[in-house]
Amino acid sequence: MRFQFVLGEVFSGLRRNTTMVVAVVLVTFVSLTFVGAAALLQAQIGKLKDDWYDLVEVSVFLCPEGSVSPTCATGEATEDQIDSVRQVIDTELSSQVSKVYFESKQQAFEAFSERYPDGYQGTQLTADDMQASLRLKLTDAEQFAVVSDVLSGRDGVEIVEDQRAVFEPLFRTLNVATLLAAGLAGVMLLAAVLLITTTIRLSAVSRRKETEIMRLVGASNLFIQLPFLLEGALAAVLGSLLAGGGLWLAVRFMVSDWLERSVDWVAYVSEVDVFRVAPLLVIMAVALAALSSFFTLNRYTRI
Amino acid sequence: MIRFENVSKVYARGARPALDQVSVDVERGEFVFLVGASGSGKSTFLSLVLREQRPTRGRVYVAGRDVANLSGWRVPTLRRQLGVVFQDFRLLQNKTVHENVAFALQVIGKPRHVIRDTVPEVLEMVGLTGKGKRMPTELSGGEQQRAAIARAIVNRPQILLADEPTGNLDPTTSLGIMRLLDRINRTGTTVVMATHDDEIVNEMRRRVVELSDGVVVRDEARGGYGERESILPDVGASPVLDAPGSGTRAPVQTVRGS
Ligand SMILES: Nc1ncnc2c1ncn2[C@@H]1O[C@H](COP(=O)(O)OP(=O)(O)OP(=O)(O)O)[C@@H](O)[C@H]1O
Ligand SMILES: [Mg+2]
Repeated sequence: MRFQFVLGEVFSGLRRNTTMVVAVVLVTFVSLTFVGAAALLQAQIGKLKDDWYDLVEVSVFLCPEGSVSPTCATGEATEDQIDSVRQVIDTELSSQVSKVYFESKQQAFEAFSERYPDGYQGTQLTADDMQASLRLKLTDAEQFAVVSDVLSGRDGVEIVEDQRAVFEPLFRTLNVATLLAAGLAGVMLLAAVLLITTTIRLSAVSRRKETEIMRLVGASNLFIQLPFLLEGALAAVLGSLLAGGGLWLAVRFMVSDWLERSVDWVAYVSEVDVFRVAPLLVIMAVALAALSSFFTLNRYTRI
Repeated sequence: MIRFENVSKVYARGARPALDQVSVDVERGEFVFLVGASGSGKSTFLSLVLREQRPTRGRVYVAGRDVANLSGWRVPTLRRQLGVVFQDFRLLQNKTVHENVAFALQVIGKPRHVIRDTVPEVLEMVGLTGKGKRMPTELSGGEQQRAAIARAIVNRPQILLADEPTGNLDPTTSLGIMRLLDRINRTGTTVVMATHDDEIVNEMRRRVVELSDGVVVRDEARGGYGERESILPDVGASPVLDAPGSGTRAPVQTVRGS
């Protein structure tokens, strides 16, 4: 009885305020799509980091023959120079560096040949074209600046390179996109809250007579407010479901069908990630509606 | 049943109190008329019983409960023991008479079969048999008030409050409503009715509590309405009433065309 009655009230309220309800659905749809997009971008960054960050490290390239760098004035790096650099790594940088290994010219050539078995862009290279290096694994990848400061400029060291730097621009782009999406989401969420508030208020005003009678005959606060709460929540949840659906379509057709085929060496976000984000969107929608209701209803349907 | 102990109600800070040190005790099953000039505090009295307002000072007890200090979530329980009717009926215009009465039960969560059984009974009691399917606009004023009374008593309240229930009705129709209220009272329901209708009060000879500027000036067991101000107060010759238009007003200049 109660349940049926409340449901009846909800639907009559939705019918009465159709335009406002549609507006709420659309605004929550757009705002939560941005929220979801931001979440998916972060998931994408996470995937890239998982795949690449742990593999790449800091390379300390040792002076080859004929380098013009001032630290290479003595020609190709000698055993002594290499030993003293390792010494520094073992002492001064012991807390930053977790692993060191030496890659000789020959090893570098083998790794290179494995990657490009048919030669690189038509040229045939030999081990002598390669450069020996010390490969460092850092305890904390963010510590690169310290390592670079200590090792650069030492005799026998031509250049210290952070392999992660290759990915930095990509990450920066993705992070900026995330910020942008999150910023837009914030603005739209504010609009959504205001709109839900207005909708509930309109609904409450249009049902003031009913509410007044309910109060007088002793209906409980919850019973009076529930239809309004459900009305806002229903509209918002509908918007969040649309947002989830939109994200799914975008990932399905833009990422899985198109991006993955054109650039296939990267791991992309997939539909699974959308299913992971979607429940959060629904929860956000409910929270949004609850928040708006809380502030409106206490003003308009007080006992 | 209803007990006011030195109750004062001041609406706006600094304003004259709407009720001033009012002490009234209404027994179970009593029928009480609340009379007094407009603005004397009758509606304020009723709204304190309903806990729509809280007293500024003093205590209000309704059915043994200290209403003034009742916490918000207990208010619905209190109101389920009270019925109210107003001068303007306050029926929901988009619902039939039957639906209006049923609404009062639906919103307090009564089961469907209870509603199905009680509503026709109550409609019969108030004399609206066969009119349950009508919309409020299809009823006369007296019938609308009957429907409102049906809604007020459908949950069998211990107390019925009526704020000028006959204020919008002609004398004959009012009499019908009064008979109905009397009948409800005889079933044991305590009735408190605010009214301006001296004929009714004089006819019924029930307890009369008279308020004047928020003060109880009379509380009689079988009272009449009391002195009514004469329509033209005896203030001596009034220039406006005696010779309209010739008082202090400037003489009207008549402008004639050339
Ligand atoms: N909500 C309110 N806010 C401020 N003042 C109020 C409010 N309600 C009533 N008053 C004031 O309290 C006083 C008593 O009002 P009340 O409505 O109780 O009188 P009443 O006896 O019911 O009058 P009437 O016979 O015209 O209905 C009046 O001076 C009125 O202006
Ligand atoms: Mg009044």
